[in-house]
Amino acid sequence: MVQQHDSNLIATDRRWPEGTRPSTDEIWHLLEEVPDPEVPVVNVVELGIVRELAWNGDILEVTLTPTYSGCPATHFIEEEIGAALNRAGLANHRLKQRLAPAWTTDWITDAAREKLRAFGIAPPQGSASKRSLLGEDPEVTCPQCGSTHTEQVSEFGSTACKALYRCKECLEPFDYFKCI
Amino acid sequence: MTEQQALFEYLLRLGDSGTILSQRLCEWIGNAPALEEELAIGNVALDLLGQARAWLEYAAEVEGAGRDADALAFLRHEREYRNLLIVEQANGNFADTMARQYLFDAWHYFMLQALCTSADERIAAIAAKGLKEVTYHLRRSSAWVKRLGDGTEESHAKMQDAIDEIWTYSGEMLIGDEADQLLLEAGIGADLEQVKQQWQAHVTATLAEATLTQPAEDSYMQTGGKQGYHTEQLGFLLAEMQYLPRAYPGASW
Ligand SMILES: [Zn+2]
Repeated sequence: MVQQHDSNLIATDRRWPEGTRPSTDEIWHLLEEVPDPEVPVVNVVELGIVRELAWNGDILEVTLTPTYSGCPATHFIEEEIGAALNRAGLANHRLKQRLAPAWTTDWITDAAREKLRAFGIAPPQGSASKRSLLGEDPEVTCPQCGSTHTEQVSEFGSTACKALYRCKECLEPFDYFKCI
Repeated sequence: MTEQQALFEYLLRLGDSGTILSQRLCEWIGNAPALEEELAIGNVALDLLGQARAWLEYAAEVEGAGRDADALAFLRHEREYRNLLIVEQANGNFADTMARQYLFDAWHYFMLQALCTSADERIAAIAAKGLKEVTYHLRRSSAWVKRLGDGTEESHAKMQDAIDEIWTYSGEMLIGDEADQLLLEAGIGADLEQVKQQWQAHVTATLAEATLTQPAEDSYMQTGGKQGYHTEQLGFLLAEMQYLPRAYPGASW
């Protein structure tokens, strides 16, 4: 993955005057501008990847929970978050990884689900209970035409978080963001 | 054996099994029977590698010898590997791969489920995360065993052959040794007797639904992988997997 770092030498997105410290609320808003590298219509906050922000003295501690164990985007997301903080003048930060509780699609906000649908990805249906993991395949609505007349093509799609579906109404294939 | 040594062994077994199976599965990339299967195999391999990284990072910390997860994965020799023998076996045909995957997934699923309640919080956290992913792995591989077993005459014959071939490597994951016993008593490791019962029930039900014959219960079982005694398959696999980091130490991109 090629990374493009800002090459600006004196330009800055610094938002807070030297010596002042933004509130965590302001930093949450800042991180809402960091898109998911694989599904750029949603950001890392509404996906539930950023779990906690806290000031520990002068250091901003950012707690992140990775989505899938092997998700190749995890490292990239950490770098993007770090870069966003640096650009805003918050170089004095520490990223911490928290594994438990494990990330779940239940943390994806309703607004993000709607953005996924508009982007052509069927959002996770229902909650990630044992039943939906082990039970019958969920009824997945086609993001193109809204039909529930769909079928699973493969349990695994273009990335670990998605399954491959096909709509039997409009005949379009689509990704389904599966529950975990 | 101290508890720390047992824990190091235990973490290597989990991490190495994931790494080696992941490497095996990657050999299908470019060769899978269908695009969807290639995506699925690639995703399963990626999940396993991600889990392996978490296990090996912890193993490296427990060892405390200055090695990191990369050094453990890429700079150890064959005899130092602690993976189960089943995961190093060659891919064979698609039925062979799916039979191997299913028997491993069923064990992996119940193993991680048991480890979710480990007294070691880090183990419990890695297991809980992995369990979500392995749930999908098991669903897929058991579906393939049933589909091929209860399919055409040819697919049935191939799946039966595959089960018969790999069966001798399925016992090792259910047999405990000193490290297993020590960690079980410490409340850290899984109860393999319980995992064994769950595994057997799942396998018996799946093979019955697949119209396949389950090999005899007293079949001879190969062991040794967990202690570092491997089949000839592993050396060739490592030669390929470790080539780059050994030829170009510290390489990055
Ligand atoms: Zn449709």
